[in-house]
Amino acid sequence: MLLDYETLKFVWWILVGALLIGFAITDGMDMGVGTLLPFLGKNDGERRVIINAIAPHWDGNQVWLITAGGAIFAAWPSVYAAAFSGFYLAMLLVLFALFFRPVGFDYRSKIEDPRWRNAWDWGLFAGGTVPALIFGVAFGNLLQGVPFHLDQFLRPHYDGTFIWALIPLLNPFALLAGLISVAMLAVHGATWLQLRADDVIAERAKGTIRMLAPFVTVAFALAGLWVYFGIDGYRIVSQPPLDAASNPLAKEVVRAPGALMDIYAAYPIAMLAPVIGLIGPLLVWGLTSINRPGFGFVMSGLSMTGIIGTAGLSMFPFIMPSSSQPNASLTIWDATSSHLTLTVMFWAVVIFLPVVLAYTVWAYASMWGKITVKDIEAKTHDAY
Amino acid sequence: MIDDTFVELSRWQFASVAMYHFIFVPLTLGLIWILVIIESVYVMTGKEIYRDMTKFWGKLFAINFALGVTTGLTMEFQFGTNWSYYSHYVGDVFGAPLAIEGLMAFFLESTFVGLMILGWDKLTKRQHLAVTFMTALGTNLSALWILVANAWMQNPVGSEFSAETMRMEMTSFWEVVFNPVAQVKFIHTAAAGYVCASVFVIGISAWYILKGRDLAFAKRSFAVAAGFGLAASLSVIVLGDESGYELGDVQKVKLASIEAAWDTEPAPAGFTLVGFPDDKKMETQYAVRIPWVLGLIATRSLDGQVIGLKELIALHEKRIRSGIVAYQNLVKLRAGDTSEPVKAAFEQHKKDLGYGLLLKRYVENPADADDATIAQAARHSIPSVPYLFWSFRIMVALGFFFLLTFALSFYYLAMNSIQRQRWLLWTLVLSIPLPWLAMELGWLVAEYGRQPWAIGEVLPTFLATSALTVNDLIFSIAGYMLFYTFLLVIELYLMIKFARLGPSSLHTGRYYHEQRGSAKQAYPTGFQPAE
Repeated sequence: MLLDYETLKFVWWILVGALLIGFAITDGMDMGVGTLLPFLGKNDGERRVIINAIAPHWDGNQVWLITAGGAIFAAWPSVYAAAFSGFYLAMLLVLFALFFRPVGFDYRSKIEDPRWRNAWDWGLFAGGTVPALIFGVAFGNLLQGVPFHLDQFLRPHYDGTFIWALIPLLNPFALLAGLISVAMLAVHGATWLQLRADDVIAERAKGTIRMLAPFVTVAFALAGLWVYFGIDGYRIVSQPPLDAASNPLAKEVVRAPGALMDIYAAYPIAMLAPVIGLIGPLLVWGLTSINRPGFGFVMSGLSMTGIIGTAGLSMFPFIMPSSSQPNASLTIWDATSSHLTLTVMFWAVVIFLPVVLAYTVWAYASMWGKITVKDIEAKTHDAY
Repeated sequence: MIDDTFVELSRWQFASVAMYHFIFVPLTLGLIWILVIIESVYVMTGKEIYRDMTKFWGKLFAINFALGVTTGLTMEFQFGTNWSYYSHYVGDVFGAPLAIEGLMAFFLESTFVGLMILGWDKLTKRQHLAVTFMTALGTNLSALWILVANAWMQNPVGSEFSAETMRMEMTSFWEVVFNPVAQVKFIHTAAAGYVCASVFVIGISAWYILKGRDLAFAKRSFAVAAGFGLAASLSVIVLGDESGYELGDVQKVKLASIEAAWDTEPAPAGFTLVGFPDDKKMETQYAVRIPWVLGLIATRSLDGQVIGLKELIALHEKRIRSGIVAYQNLVKLRAGDTSEPVKAAFEQHKKDLGYGLLLKRYVENPADADDATIAQAARHSIPSVPYLFWSFRIMVALGFFFLLTFALSFYYLAMNSIQRQRWLLWTLVLSIPLPWLAMELGWLVAEYGRQPWAIGEVLPTFLATSALTVNDLIFSIAGYMLFYTFLLVIELYLMIKFARLGPSSLHTGRYYHEQRGSAKQAYPTGFQPAE
């Protein structure tokens, strides 16, 4: 095998991160647009413009989420098992909210009744906003550690059941992370609308960015200070060889103040992520104000990379630290699949991801152009 | 101890959401090829009517596709949320085909489906056809990878249990991909989807013909569906998935259960046409038997034996006893005793570990099981026979029924007298729901027939669940029921509304509902000259 086990484990941390960032940039845009839909579209024509600005692509974009989920299943099975079952009710809320999108997009404009259309618009709002919020809340909780343990057969058990497992997840820091997530995706969606939608909507999208982009910076800074002064991280004190077979119970972990900052002390280059996360949204604001929405969109993608990257780097090498049995924390070294599976999956990504990117670019290019109310009226039975 | 109510609820939930997802998938799999065929004709001939056909059936495709995507999302979450021990235990093997499905197939399908539906005015004719083709390729490749994953649950090849990581690990990716069960499953399932789509298109077209409207449109659609359906129903029957039943213990049990073969007969075994299998007495009442046929179908030979259920149960009992030894040594290994005798004993009995785990349903520690418990576990190592026996027979009968209706449709079409065969047309209309019945029964045979295993011979279903509570499950089942009922009502409403409107829903001005009372009525319906 070309790559040794230890290297592959690290590469897979990068790859899962890349898939999540890819999800934020592509489907995150659709979710942001969903959040903005009822507010930026004042009448049916305008709302249809907003919807059609993402309509041909949202489904392909959603596959980033599906593939990230599949990749976590294949590369970090223990994480997939512990996180999805531990966050049971939260995951159900995400899922039920996501239900509104495929049907919302396709069914909304098939019936002319305004009540029908308005109801689906709020469905699309929920389908964009609820997952964005909950994914942010989930990251907020991962940073603080999650109460779960593993038994001798490595079965994950979450401490707390049903609604009593959900409520502690909604703590103030996690809610702040959730707000950052919603706001950052809304900004991202707004840059897309400025780029692709009719002038009147593009103008309103600019207003949204002016309001929300500084909020993202301020909230992200606040979260950073909170982490620095008030949130304990986790530190590995004894670690079996990094290329050992995955056994999350073999290491020793302690809870330690300041551990979330370890990576930045060890590798100052890692500071790049939070710096981009802080400055990026302001640059988005600047670029869109001078009517450069294309650059604004790219910048918004970069700042989300910074923000998500900051969360991932701060936890490194943890993926899902356990607050109730720290030794059972899942890390990139001991929650991974076997060497063979990581190798196979690595090649699958190397071969297929460039192909996916190529036809995705072609798909966007062939549907390019400003979407106007007039266009939509002209093909009212064909468009969404 | 295992909470039976909780396990039952988890199983009910999975079965419901999977079978519900499977309402939309087969139609997608087949209808997309029908779109490819019709659109190819459009590109080759340039006749407007074929574009209208592509667009109209494409509209119905999209209504169905939306729910396929919606309910597919559930499946992606389901393993992690409700089967977390399964995810941990087999994610190393099972996760790979799922992730590759996303990368290789689902991206393809989903990226192009949006362009197929909304790109008519942005793409050239040929580009649009290419886009439709890519969507078809994507949907079908999706099915291939999902069935590779599913086949591994039935016949877990290319993998091995590791005591150190406490899970199954992949030993050969190619063995997993080229699992013979996967090949036959894919062909059978895809062909069943093609039959389903053909019944759908031919049924709706028959209704237009009965109503005497949009005849040119309806007859052309009818012809495509009759041809495609005839080929597909032939392959579904000829390439049924019997040939996958010799591989792996679970498949053998399934075969014997389907045929209610309680005892091993001298080859070639007789086929029980109908009868009433009785799980308790382990015999079949009022059986009507045809000598030799089962042996021929199942083993494709005169001397291959179909092993009976009683013999399989006796075999399982032996494997359970061996599994107890494997379990005892696994516990020692996990506790840190890695001495040579322990390792050697574990290795020797490792392949039966799953059978040892079957006892966990009755006792905390399999080593504590007495003879009666072991016998009970062995007795419960096969699924309930009557369900499989009848599901299979109804499915096969429906398969032959479809073949017959397609053959007749094709014949009368060729004779140019289809319009006069009103009985046949009505049969076709009323048959629209039947392929779904056949396919859900097929699903039942494949997945209920796998019980008591989640992964055949490896992981019992009751151990595969998440560590959740009954309350969690009641909440999620209620949520799924609420959303799924609501979505199904809306989907059926739109589907029926647009099917009734027919091509008039395209607003071209050329079709029935737009022409009633207008001056254009002089035109024979559907025969408008191109613009």
